[in-house]
Amino acid sequence: MSALTTVASLVYLISAVCYVIGVHLMRSPKTARRGNGLSAVGMFLAVIMIVITIIAEGKITGTGWVVLILGLALGVWYGVARARKVPMTDVPQLVSLFNAVGGGAAAVIGIFDYAVKAGGTHLNVAFSLPVLLDVIIGGITFSGSLIATGKLSGHVPGKPITFPGARLVNVLVVIAILVAAWLMIGLPTNVWFMVLGLIASLVFGLLMTLPIGGADMPVVVSLLNAFTGLAVAFAGFVIDNQVLIIAGALVGAAGTILTLQMADAMNRSVANILAGGFGTGDSNSSSAADETPVNVKETSADDIGLQLAYANNVMIVPGYGLAAAQAQHEVAELAKLLTDNGINVNYAIHPVAGRMPGHMNVLLADVNVPYDQMKQMEEANSMFENTDVSLVIGANDVTNPLARESGNAISGMPILDVDKSKSVVVIKRSMSTGYAGVQNPLFSMDNTQMFFSDAKKGLADIIASTKEYINQ
Amino acid sequence: MSQELYTNLAIFVMSLLVGFEVMSKIPSTLQTPMMSGANAIHGVVVVGAFVIAAEANSWIFYILAFLGAFFAAVNVAGGYTVTDRMLGMFNRPKKSASKEDENK
Repeated sequence: MSALTTVASLVYLISAVCYVIGVHLMRSPKTARRGNGLSAVGMFLAVIMIVITIIAEGKITGTGWVVLILGLALGVWYGVARARKVPMTDVPQLVSLFNAVGGGAAAVIGIFDYAVKAGGTHLNVAFSLPVLLDVIIGGITFSGSLIATGKLSGHVPGKPITFPGARLVNVLVVIAILVAAWLMIGLPTNVWFMVLGLIASLVFGLLMTLPIGGADMPVVVSLLNAFTGLAVAFAGFVIDNQVLIIAGALVGAAGTILTLQMADAMNRSVANILAGGFGTGDSNSSSAADETPVNVKETSADDIGLQLAYANNVMIVPGYGLAAAQAQHEVAELAKLLTDNGINVNYAIHPVAGRMPGHMNVLLADVNVPYDQMKQMEEANSMFENTDVSLVIGANDVTNPLARESGNAISGMPILDVDKSKSVVVIKRSMSTGYAGVQNPLFSMDNTQMFFSDAKKGLADIIASTKEYINQ
Repeated sequence: MSQELYTNLAIFVMSLLVGFEVMSKIPSTLQTPMMSGANAIHGVVVVGAFVIAAEANSWIFYILAFLGAFFAAVNVAGGYTVTDRMLGMFNRPKKSASKEDENK
């Protein structure tokens, strides 16, 4: 080892340690931000080191510098601008977009190295196999994540998209990928082999993501995140750089665990989600006109205001509908109004409330809801018996008591025991079923009242009426 | 198998194991920030973008190097920024209106 490569290896090692400790610190809310900061420090060290390395090696051309700096500057500008401006409700699609470009970058490295060496020589499998995996996984995650971004942001319809013969096309695409793989490993280099593999994997990414409903997208984004990690690790094999291998494998493994936990919280298996076609994907789509007329009591904003003003303990149960209507400001305003008048307000947060696990906490934190008012499921469930009014806003399946019984789509899913509180008010746009397509008996219970409204508008009305009663 | 490949493979496998271990159980509150944080870490691919830019010597390779640098920079810079913003919301002081403006 020359002095430079020795120093470089050590610096990369330090930066890898920063990522591992950073991820470790991110497991607790108190240290999470420091963890992310530490991981950023590791990234900074790695970048400084590679800059020193390429300057010292002196191989880079003037044009090389120009395209490098231009690409980096535009990328940093675009990435930071998007990250700073994004409303917290839109974070999932932005993460997915960042994931897409990460996979794209990994694929580009594989393409570059194969093209550089493609001179009709027969490559060693130790080189061609990582290139192949890098390009194919990178390609799948690039196109797949872009579709996921589109579905989450509404540019691509959220409902599962299937077409006749989809299975046959899938099989053909997989065959094309395998053929490309065999050509790249078995024959002397030819750029067209790689182009075939790249195109087939891009198509595969599309076909894999399109049939999956919008509400399952977070799990898919997390899975593709793990894929990108692996693609980056294989890119590390290609250019023989250990920091890429370590960080990529770390993300690949961590992302896989996270994906399993997310799927678990939604009571779905990853295989089931990938099979696609489940659910309407979006609460906006007016699915399932309910065939069974259920006996529900409707109420008004005025009546809800009265109930809240005279309650002692109020539990707010926010769900996907609240996130979709972007009503978190109104919720926080109502809670503050009640708290200022001596009413005890808490939030019961189901692990999968919002667009992805933990997303609701982020949305509420964004509007300055105190952290200690956000109760996780177990704690919230111990509080419902002493709750006077549970205000369910745009949540459905996570409150469905049918989950305690067997033989339906949501059996066994952990739920919030909203039905145990003294009175339940549900703010919902219609009687349509939730994502799982199961009727919710909570809505027709004796102590439940329904308020049919958009979360944002409904809450504004409730705030107005609550103010009147409190000021009396 | 070459020594180099063996070393890289060993590093890869060990890092996978570390990843599984360090991730064991994440409170659901932190799953979204964690996903975003992991997403930022694979932005390390930016190091690879430097490596290929240093080898580029014809227009097609310059285009690839540009694309790689752009993609990787979006991933790494955007990823860390958005993760930090999310985590900053969990424990910021109550009256931070000025800070919020700064973020907008």
